[in-house]
Amino acid sequence: MEKTPLSPQGTRTSGRIGRRLRVLLTIPAAGLLLSGCTLPSFGVSKGVTKSSVQVFHLWQWFSVGAVVIGALVLALIGYAIVRYRRKDESAIPKQSQYHIPLELLYTIVPIIIVIVLFVATLIVENPEVSNPRTDVVVNVNAFQWGWKFSYPGHAVVVVGQTTQSPTMVVPANTNVHVNLTSTDVVHGFYVKEFNFSRYALPGVTNQFTFNAVKTGVYSGQCTQLCGLYHSLMFFKVKVVSPATYDQWLLDNRNVSAATAAANATALQNNPYLSSQSTQSAAN
Amino acid sequence: MSQNVITSPTGHDAHDEHHGPSGLLKWLTTTDHKIIGLSYTITAVVMLIIGGALAELIRAQLATSNGHLVSFAQYNELFTMHGSIMIYLFVGPFAFGALANIIVPLQIGAPDMACPRHNALRYWLYLSGSITMLLGFFTAGGAANFGWVGYAPLTSSLNAPGAGADLWIGGLLLTGFSAIFTGVNLIATIFYLRAPGMTMFRMPIFTWNLLVTAILILLAFPVLTAGLIMLYADRHFGTHVFSVAGGGVPVLWQHIFWFWGHPEVYILALPFFGMATEIIAVFSKKPVFGYKGMIFATITIAALSLGVWAHHMFTTGVVLLPFFSIMSLLIAVPTGIKIFNWIGTMWRGELWFSTAMLMSIGFLITFLIGGLTGIYLASPPLDFFTHDTYFVVAHFHSVVMALVLAAMGGLYFWGPKITGFLLNERIGKAQFWLLFIGTQVFTFPLYILGLQGMPRRMAVYPLHHDWVNLNAISSVGAVLIGISTLLFALNIVVSWKKYPAGDNPWDAQTLEWFTTSPPPHHNFYRLPQIRSERPTWDYNHPEHKSVAHASHEN
Ligand code: HEM
Ligand SMILES: [Cu+2]
Ligand SMILES: [Cu+2]
Repeated sequence: MEKTPLSPQGTRTSGRIGRRLRVLLTIPAAGLLLSGCTLPSFGVSKGVTKSSVQVFHLWQWFSVGAVVIGALVLALIGYAIVRYRRKDESAIPKQSQYHIPLELLYTIVPIIIVIVLFVATLIVENPEVSNPRTDVVVNVNAFQWGWKFSYPGHAVVVVGQTTQSPTMVVPANTNVHVNLTSTDVVHGFYVKEFNFSRYALPGVTNQFTFNAVKTGVYSGQCTQLCGLYHSLMFFKVKVVSPATYDQWLLDNRNVSAATAAANATALQNNPYLSSQSTQSAAN
Repeated sequence: MSQNVITSPTGHDAHDEHHGPSGLLKWLTTTDHKIIGLSYTITAVVMLIIGGALAELIRAQLATSNGHLVSFAQYNELFTMHGSIMIYLFVGPFAFGALANIIVPLQIGAPDMACPRHNALRYWLYLSGSITMLLGFFTAGGAANFGWVGYAPLTSSLNAPGAGADLWIGGLLLTGFSAIFTGVNLIATIFYLRAPGMTMFRMPIFTWNLLVTAILILLAFPVLTAGLIMLYADRHFGTHVFSVAGGGVPVLWQHIFWFWGHPEVYILALPFFGMATEIIAVFSKKPVFGYKGMIFATITIAALSLGVWAHHMFTTGVVLLPFFSIMSLLIAVPTGIKIFNWIGTMWRGELWFSTAMLMSIGFLITFLIGGLTGIYLASPPLDFFTHDTYFVVAHFHSVVMALVLAAMGGLYFWGPKITGFLLNERIGKAQFWLLFIGTQVFTFPLYILGLQGMPRRMAVYPLHHDWVNLNAISSVGAVLIGISTLLFALNIVVSWKKYPAGDNPWDAQTLEWFTTSPPPHHNFYRLPQIRSERPTWDYNHPEHKSVAHASHEN
C-alpha cells in the first residue's frame, strides 16, 4: 500500500473520502461501543490507552456474536445428534435434499453479520491507526535482543538488552508518537495493556500514536521470532504525569548514552542465563 | 439388475491377472494410484507421528515456566520443524496425495490417474523432500530454526548460516514440485477420465473439493517455489532480494510467503471438508443437503482465499487494512454455508455413530471453534493485540486438529476400501474420545494465555499470573492426543486382516463402494448407471431416490 505521507508531527494527510467516511462512522460509534461496558470482558482487559478501550469494546461485540452463533450451531449439532440417533439399523430416512429458502437464509444472514462486523472494525480501526498531532516523539529501535528508546531533541537515550527490560518513559494523557524500526531482523513491539502491537521492520519506519490515560508500569515484549533470545526480549513502558516526565527528561540528559555503553557486554553476563533463581527478574 | 450395469471400458478380461514385478520391486516401480496412494498415506502418517513427537517435546518444555529440557537454540528448531513437518509434510500430502490419490479415480470411475508415471514421480519427490528437510537435524548447526514461515531476514546467510536452513529450502522445493504435479494430475484426471454419465454435477463433493484444491495449488505453489529460489540465491549467490543492505525488501518475503500461505490454508482444508461431507452423508443415510450449495461455497472460498494473504501482515503497518479485512471476513460466509450444510445433512437422518462419523462430528465442532476465533483475527484492531500470541496458536490448532480428526475419519472410512479390512470400532471410539477431548484441553488454555499476553515461540516464559497452570493443563491435553495416536497404532496391529470389509460395509453412496475392497488393478469390472451424485446408492436403493424439499410428490 502507498503510505500517505506524514507530517513531522505525524499528522496524516488523508484523502477527502476517507475523512468523510471517518466522520460518518465515528458519530454512531461512540454510543454503540461505549454501551459495551456492561458486557462480560471475554478474557480481554480495557487496557490503559484511549484506543485500547475502544479495542476492548470491539472485542466484546465480536465475542457476543461469536458466542451467540457458536451456541446456536452447537445446539443444532447437539439436537441432531440426540434426536436423530439411529434406532433401527435398516431404517432409511426420507432422502430429502435442498431447501432454497433455508439456503438463502443461511447465506444472507451471515453476509449481514459480516457487514456489521466490518463497519464496527472500521469505527475502531480508523482512529486507532490515524496519527493525531503529537507533542512527544519517541524513536524505538529494536535489535537482537533488546530495545533502544530515544527522545529526539532531548538527548535522552535508553538502551537495554533481554531481561534488563529497558524502560520507555512517557507522559500520561498525551499523544505519544512512536517511530518504530529495527536494525536487524523483524521484531514485534507489543504492550499487553495497550491492546496493540506493531512490527519493527528493518528498512521501514512504522509510525503509530498512543495516548496512555493511566499512570503505571506496563510490561512489553518482542512478539515476533527474532532468533536465539527472542524469549527474553523484554521492555517496560512507564507512564508518568507530564510534570514527572519533563523532570525525567532533564535528569537523564546525556546520561543514558553512557549506560548504554556499559550494557554492551550485558548479554554475556546475563544473570537470567546463568541461574534459574533469577526467573523472577523476568516478571 | 444387470440392465443398470454397464461394463467398464477397462473390462475384467484384460486385467484379471496383472503381470509384472511383485513384492518390493512392485512397490517401488508401481504406477497404480492405489499403491502410490498407500505409500503416501503411510509416509504422511509417519510424518504426523514425527511432528507429533516434536509437539510433545514442546509441551514438555513449556509445562514449567523455566523448562530445561531443551536449550533456547533447540527450542527454536523444535517448533520450526514441528510446524514445517505438520504443514508441509503431513497435512498437505495427506490431503491431496494420500486419500485423493486413492479415492478420486475410484469416485469418478476412472481406471487410474491421468498420468500414472507422473503420479509415481510426485510421490518420490515428496519422499525425498521430506527426508531432505528432516536431515537438518543431523547437521552441525541443527535443523532450520526460523519458524515455519521463515521471515526474512532471519533466514539470511548471516542469521541462519547452517546447512539446516538449506535443507529446509531444498526439502520445500522438492515437496513443492510434488504438489504442483499433483495439481496437474488431479485436474487432468477429473476433466478427462470421468466414467460415462459422470457429469461435473454428479461428482462427489470430495472429488469436487480436490478439483478446486488442485486449481489453487497451481495458482499458489509456483509463487512459493519462486520465493524459495530467491531466498536460496540471496543466501548463496549474493543477490539481495530480501536484504535491506543491498537495497532489497524483507517484507517482500512475507507477501510471497502468504500469497502462497493463505491459499495453502484452503489447499489443506478443502480436501478434509470433502472427507467430512462424504462421511456425514453416508452415516446419516442421506444425500448431502445442499449439494450444489456446497460446490458453490467451495469455489467461493477458493476465489476469496487468493485475496486475503495480508491478513497475516496486519501488524506490519504496510498493508491496506480495510481491503484485507473485509475479504477475510467474507470467507466466513461460504464457510458458514458448509457448516449449515453438514448439519442439514444430519437433520432427519438416521445417524450411525461409527468411529468415522464420530471423528467427523468432532471435526465439525473443533472446526467451528477455530472458525469463530478466526473471525476475530480478520479484524485488524483485534489482530493487532492477538497476533503472535498464543491466541493465534490456539486458533490455528483448533483448525488443524479439526483436520486431524477428519483425517482419522477418512482413514476409518476409506481404509477398508483399500486394505479390504475394517478397523476395530471399540478402539476407534476410545481413540476418538481421547483425541477430541485432548484437543480441547490442549487448545482452550492457549486461548486464555494468548489473551493474557503470552507470545508464541517462547522457550521460557515469565511466572505471570496463572500462566504455569494454564500451560500445564495444555500439556495434559497434548498427552491425551499423544495417547490417542498410540491407540491408532494399536488398532492397526490388533485389527490386522481380522475383519473383512466386503465391498460396501457402510451402505455408502458413491462409486468407490461399487467395486471390490481392495479394488482390482484397474479399479472396476463394471459400473452402475450414473444418474445422480450417488450412483451406488441409487443402484442399491432404487426406491429411495433423493427428493428436493420444494417438491411434494410424496
Ligand atoms: C499433538 C498435537 C499438537 C500439539 C501438542 C502441538 C503443539 C504446538 C505448540 C505448543 C506450538 C507452539 C510453539 C511455540 O510457539 O512456541 C505449535 C506450533 C505449531 N504447530 Fe502444533 N501441535 C500439535 C499439532 C499440530 C498439527 C496437527 C499441526 C498442523 C497440521 C500443527 C502445526 C503447527 C504450526 C504450523 C506451528 C507454528 C510453528 C511456528 O511457530 O513456526 N501442530 N504446536
Ligand atoms: Cu523477538
Ligand atoms: Cu490466511
